[in-house]
Amino acid sequence: MEQPEQESVTSLQQPQTAAPPRAQPAPEPEAYSEPGSTVFDAEKVSCYYGSFRAVTDVSLSIYENEITAFIGPSGCGKTTVLRTLNRMNDLVASARVEGDVRYRGASLYGKDVSPIAVRRRIGMVFQKPNPFPKSIYDNVAYGPRINGEHNRKKLDEIVERSLRQAALWDEVKNRLKASGLGLSGGQAQRLCIARTLAVEPDVILMDEPCSALDPIATSAIEDLMRDIKSRYTIVIVTHNMQQATRVSDRTAFFSVLRNEESDTRTGVLVEYGRTEQIFHDPSDSRTEAYVTGQVG
Amino acid sequence: MTQQAGPGIPAGPARPLSERRPLGDRTFQVIALAAGLMVLVILVLIAFSTTQQALPWFKAEGWGIFGKTWNPATQQFGALSFIYGTAVTSAIALIMAVPVSVGIALLLTEVVPYRRARPIVYVIDLLAVVPSVVWGLWGILVFVPWIAKIYAHIASGVAGIPVLDDLFGSPTSGASFFTAGIILAFMITPIVTSLSREVIATVPAIDKEGAYALGATRLEMIQGAVWPHSKGGIVGAVLLGLGRAMGETIAAALVIGSSATITSHLFAPGDSMPAVIANQFPEASGTFRAALIGLGVLLFVFTIIINVIARTIVGRAAEQGSA
Amino acid sequence: MVTTTGEQLNLREAKGWRRTKNRIATVLMVVAFVLVVIPLVFVLITVVARGIKIISWQFLTAQIPPSVAPADVGGIGPAIVGTFQIVGLATVMAVPLGILGAIYLNEYGGRGPLARLIGFMADVMTGVPSIVMGLFIFSIWVLRFQFSGFAGALALGCLMLPVVIRSTDEMLKLVPNPLREGSYALGATKARVTMTVVLPAAVGGIVSGALLAIARAAGETAPLLFTILTVTAVNRNPFSGPNTSIPSQIFVNATSPYPGAQDRAWGAALTLIVIAFVLMLAARFITARFTRYSR
Repeated sequence: MEQPEQESVTSLQQPQTAAPPRAQPAPEPEAYSEPGSTVFDAEKVSCYYGSFRAVTDVSLSIYENEITAFIGPSGCGKTTVLRTLNRMNDLVASARVEGDVRYRGASLYGKDVSPIAVRRRIGMVFQKPNPFPKSIYDNVAYGPRINGEHNRKKLDEIVERSLRQAALWDEVKNRLKASGLGLSGGQAQRLCIARTLAVEPDVILMDEPCSALDPIATSAIEDLMRDIKSRYTIVIVTHNMQQATRVSDRTAFFSVLRNEESDTRTGVLVEYGRTEQIFHDPSDSRTEAYVTGQVG
Repeated sequence: MTQQAGPGIPAGPARPLSERRPLGDRTFQVIALAAGLMVLVILVLIAFSTTQQALPWFKAEGWGIFGKTWNPATQQFGALSFIYGTAVTSAIALIMAVPVSVGIALLLTEVVPYRRARPIVYVIDLLAVVPSVVWGLWGILVFVPWIAKIYAHIASGVAGIPVLDDLFGSPTSGASFFTAGIILAFMITPIVTSLSREVIATVPAIDKEGAYALGATRLEMIQGAVWPHSKGGIVGAVLLGLGRAMGETIAAALVIGSSATITSHLFAPGDSMPAVIANQFPEASGTFRAALIGLGVLLFVFTIIINVIARTIVGRAAEQGSA
Repeated sequence: MVTTTGEQLNLREAKGWRRTKNRIATVLMVVAFVLVVIPLVFVLITVVARGIKIISWQFLTAQIPPSVAPADVGGIGPAIVGTFQIVGLATVMAVPLGILGAIYLNEYGGRGPLARLIGFMADVMTGVPSIVMGLFIFSIWVLRFQFSGFAGALALGCLMLPVVIRSTDEMLKLVPNPLREGSYALGATKARVTMTVVLPAAVGGIVSGALLAIARAAGETAPLLFTILTVTAVNRNPFSGPNTSIPSQIFVNATSPYPGAQDRAWGAALTLIVIAFVLMLAARFITARFTRYSR
């Protein structure tokens, strides 16, 4: 993964001085940093499954070394948008993407772009942990192996490093040959994260990674996200608003737009901005209704 | 735009974002497709090659291929007696096997609790795994001599009674249509049972529970909820059993009596298409051989038609059940 | 029947005729099962009883004697060698092809018309009588290349192919999709996903299905009648010259009037049943131990 030349400021500085109009306690002090380089640029992206338009005209930018959260009610297309970022929607036969998604300047859906190469740079962690029915070691080594790495020592290093980054090393270092299926939910999800980290992607997409986990496991994963943020760019879909406020720098709020005449629904991006702003000073009334819990 | 390979990714030429689909991936897909197509290719080849070999027979007899006389010495090859034998033995097999198979299928799905059902399933699997030639061996060396006596008793019992005498009179050695039918019944039971089970399993639990909730006994529930849903699929299972019975060669060849006759006497020896092919092929040549292969063509056509109908019915029943 | 208010609650079973009918039905179902168990047990007992008298190491390895020979002379050695050769060749041809075909159906073809046609015709093909397969290979191979163990293997392979395709397809369907997604997300091609994640996950069920197909093929006689031209000498070269197999020997001996030959038939039948049984048990064991796909 390239280290950007930009002056992206990631260290903690003085809290932002512009206080929100309402006297709400501010979230944990976080510097207002200039966004780093743009990792993703989505422009008027619409996603179709057959003739059903799941998402309409989404435009946003994802910035480097930030955690960006997609929130919104169910059916609003946030997972669909996430999956367009690593072309996982290609796996669905009827899926189609209109508009432009640029990754570091290059179009992801260009004519000759290989989804394989895309996914080697943009990894994904899924809602329900899905370790392979292989050993823990082989799970983590899977990515490097299919990339051509077969040197045993190098693989050992990669496996250890990835498991350490995923805060799982200490728990499994003595049973690397054990099956990945035997881990608890939280451990399995960390294994999946280690598996993703092993290929050292540029970006990590997370689709509700904690929704199947208990609070303790969830908190471990959130800590992990903060730890690795400096080296990766993370986009996370979550239906847990507190989680969004806890971990993310920026939040995109999606919602469902109903067309009464044609009786169709589609997902739209309602508002996108810094997390504090979305949650404490939302511009759109729909955002306000959602984040204050008035609508589910 | 080219991306540098990251630290974790092995050094080497940087992989561009745009690259063609790897050759290995495309080759694999082609190989997999070719393997799948083999099914169609083989079926077509079967049709063509056997028909080609059988042409001398078709040409020599024309519609006489369905004639009554089969006599290699006089170069007469009418297949009617074998078609008759196949039909009769299959019918006997079905009449005996279908109630038994459906009964066992119902036993497994409705009566016996799931955990205790395993031994029964093992028995059915064991039944399926006994090779045809072993059935034939036991049939001809053990069963035939034993059942000859039973035939004799029945025949003397029905002597003089109008219809029964025609069916069950004049027994001979025990090798007969009926004996073959019995053995075939044993052999097709596993497939009819397992397919009936599959079909019955697609009956929605809601319907069954609804019947019970109205106070129905198990029999009434089966009549009211299971039967309407599965009768189509069970017909399909029966047809598959028919196809299997028609094509069964070795067991039939050993116990059917090998006598090309058309008679109503079920206890008399007869012959069936696969049996006569197996028994007479080694000595056959020329038109004789073409005739035997032609019987194989007829067998192929009949079983393909039956299987297509059966699979369509079973497939449709499965779809409706899970709808 | 629960009676209405005003009378005593009656929660007993259905009265009279309905209950009787129900009981009769249950009894009939059990009778059906018994009707099937009895002959099966009888056959197995007969085979074991008559076969075990003749089974010995010598029996399994000695040459095939002429029919008139008494029971303690000779054995079925060449038949066992032939069966292993022919069934082995058939397996090597049919199983990989069948697995690839199932991979096409499940991973590539999906619900497309070609895949549905191939799947349907594979099911239909399982119903093609084995004798027709024998005649087919006779017409297309033996007439050109003479009788050989390989021709028999071709016929058995054609019988095994649709069975392997179907059972492998069922196993591949059972592999949960999240496993595939996890592999795709790491940048694997479809071929890689299939070979490195899907197949290893399903391998238990696939092997088990293949073993059952092998058990069926080992017992087949009819297709071999037209392809290997049953002989009695051992033929170490399956690619040229006639051959023999265990079921072929049983068939030949079954119609023999000589008691020695009949005894050898029983011994061969016992051998065949044991082989089929072992394969069936192995299939069950593998299914029980090696099929676990997710937490």
